[in-house]
Amino acid sequence: MGSATLKGLVPWLVALLTMAATHFLIVPILPSTLSEILVFAGINIVLAVSLNLVNGFTGQFSIGHAGFMAVGAYAAAWATLALRNAGIDLSDGTFIAQVILVGALVFGGLLSGVVGFLVGLPSLRLKGDYLAIVTLGFGEIIRVSLLNLDFLGGARGLSGIPRITSFLLVYLCVVVTVFVIWRLIRSNHGRALLAVREDEVAAESMGVNTTQAKVRAFAIGAFFAGIAGGLYGHYLTILSPAAFDFNRSFEIVIMVVLGGMGSLSGSVVAAVLLTLLREYLRDLAEYTQVDLRMIIYSLILIGLMLLRPNGLLGTRELKDFWRRRPTGKSA
Amino acid sequence: MKTSRFLAVLLTIGFVLGCTKKGDQTTEGGKPAGSSIVIGEVGSFTGDTATFGISTHQGIELATNELNKAGGLLGKIVEIVKYDNQGKEEEAATATNRLINQHKVAAILGEVASRRSKAMAPIAQSNKVPMVSPSSTNPEVTAIGDYIFRVCFIDPFQGAVMARFAFENLKAKKVAILRDVGQDYSVGLADAFTETYKKVGGEIVSDQSYTEKDVDFKAQLTAIRGLNPEAIFVPGYYTQVGLIARQARELGIKAPLLGGDGWDSPKLFEIGGKAVEGSYLSNHYSPDDKSELVQNFIKRYKEAYGQIPDGLAAQGYDAAMVLFDAIKRAGSTDAKALRDALAATKEYPGVTGKITIDDKRNASKPAVVLKVENGGFSYVTSISP
Repeated sequence: MGSATLKGLVPWLVALLTMAATHFLIVPILPSTLSEILVFAGINIVLAVSLNLVNGFTGQFSIGHAGFMAVGAYAAAWATLALRNAGIDLSDGTFIAQVILVGALVFGGLLSGVVGFLVGLPSLRLKGDYLAIVTLGFGEIIRVSLLNLDFLGGARGLSGIPRITSFLLVYLCVVVTVFVIWRLIRSNHGRALLAVREDEVAAESMGVNTTQAKVRAFAIGAFFAGIAGGLYGHYLTILSPAAFDFNRSFEIVIMVVLGGMGSLSGSVVAAVLLTLLREYLRDLAEYTQVDLRMIIYSLILIGLMLLRPNGLLGTRELKDFWRRRPTGKSA
Repeated sequence: MKTSRFLAVLLTIGFVLGCTKKGDQTTEGGKPAGSSIVIGEVGSFTGDTATFGISTHQGIELATNELNKAGGLLGKIVEIVKYDNQGKEEEAATATNRLINQHKVAAILGEVASRRSKAMAPIAQSNKVPMVSPSSTNPEVTAIGDYIFRVCFIDPFQGAVMARFAFENLKAKKVAILRDVGQDYSVGLADAFTETYKKVGGEIVSDQSYTEKDVDFKAQLTAIRGLNPEAIFVPGYYTQVGLIARQARELGIKAPLLGGDGWDSPKLFEIGGKAVEGSYLSNHYSPDDKSELVQNFIKRYKEAYGQIPDGLAAQGYDAAMVLFDAIKRAGSTDAKALRDALAATKEYPGVTGKITIDDKRNASKPAVVLKVENGGFSYVTSISP
């Protein structure tokens, strides 16, 4: 029994050591520009992976992810601002600030999840294009509501949010998100989601409550989108409704489609790739004198979609490629 | 097999991109101390407010070229490194970070829109790099820290100017407001207008709203028409204002429209046509100003870009000139010295008026009121703070 408990502790110890190593060894030597880009990449990973659960694994095409992100972002920011106004020191780097931020993130995530549940309940009875339009409309509703909510700053946006999102916390959220969704799709519930994607009628006849499965995926996806929103707000220190328009939703959809609908590692790769690409194409503008970033970005997207219509990884994961290699050679 | 090879190629490209960037960083890091003073600019050269970013940049570029032709600053050439933010906050933030850490800029010029300035300011502040915004009018921008400045007046002032103008000059006792709730700028102006107008004794008979992408304003205008206001305050951007003016005239509303610097674009006449005639707006400067300083600026700008500079170009020009002046007075690009010099700016003769930086790091300077006449703006009066 003793050794069993010890064994159970090993993953936690490894996790703790990795976190300590990241915090004390990697963060200090990371150039600030790179660290900032990586933070945005991390936030995009959380967004892409959570949307993949809905779009890729459950096969429900949602294009309202920015709306959930906005709910989480505003809720978390509202919470920390309320706490700061109550006199709690939230200056950058204090341990308390990190703990409070985690609380605020969970609060934002839960609220976003609840909204996801409420939106999902009626709309997930729709399919395909109809669902896409409903989710798009929902995203716009959130944005327009935020514009008209004065206590959240309205059009002026919510500013003065403490800048307490740390590199470590972002990647902790990335790990948690990927881990939770990875375990989920390999569980009973996850199989139900895959069944819904493959054939809804067949799934239903096998006893899967399809509506419930879809709503569940939707709510979980919304939860993580909310967390990503919270990280975003506490990094940028300002939230404005304009930042959560449908363009943002499409950016996330592009990451998912590019990485491969139904591939977790694909989403991760695509999120990192697209974030880095947009930033590093800036260097090119120094030689060409014209900003060709968006043109090249679009060309790459078109090219990839022509060459690999299923996305970079399709429905497979990165590790599938490493496993296949030796067998492929011997055959 | 084929797929994995493709993936490998892609990853390699990613790494190469990553590496070239690191290479750049070291050369960039070694260079700047020598021959030039590097100043960063962040603007929206693409996206919804692209014309604002481009106009501002042309103003900054003109100022820089003139300065360099005249021998530069402190014996060095001034170099502007500009980054586009596509009108997005996070792009503005990453661009600022890049300018500071990679290009080691002495100061940053930007942004036009307040919400993007607010995303940039905390980064400039925490790195202690002075930042001068040409035309972010939201009061909170410079409150972010003591390294953040602006060379324009703030929303409450602009709103108050129009309120006083409506009450005192137009003798209007009843005014209706039609605000764009989707723009922080419009809401700020409308709130300030309301506050001052009520204080001086006027009555706001109606406060209607619309959002950015609306094109039909008949419902709001019909409601306003029934109340017979003597003027209508429409603090929006030129596209909607043009449409609002047209629809108001179609409905038979004769009251003049009042607005702010968001009207300042040649597009206003294209869209509004005759309907905008007889309206008034507040602005940073007037091309009609007969002073030599302004007329000279307009002439040089026209030579360089073939158009009459709008308010944003003038603001961009002044932002750059105030910064250069501060560097000259500071005698170095040391951040602390430069900050103090900027804060000490007094009565700098800019094309948009005499600029004095007050203790909140805002510019205090008069606003001009212009009238729309014969397809152009004509100067009516100046109103001091």
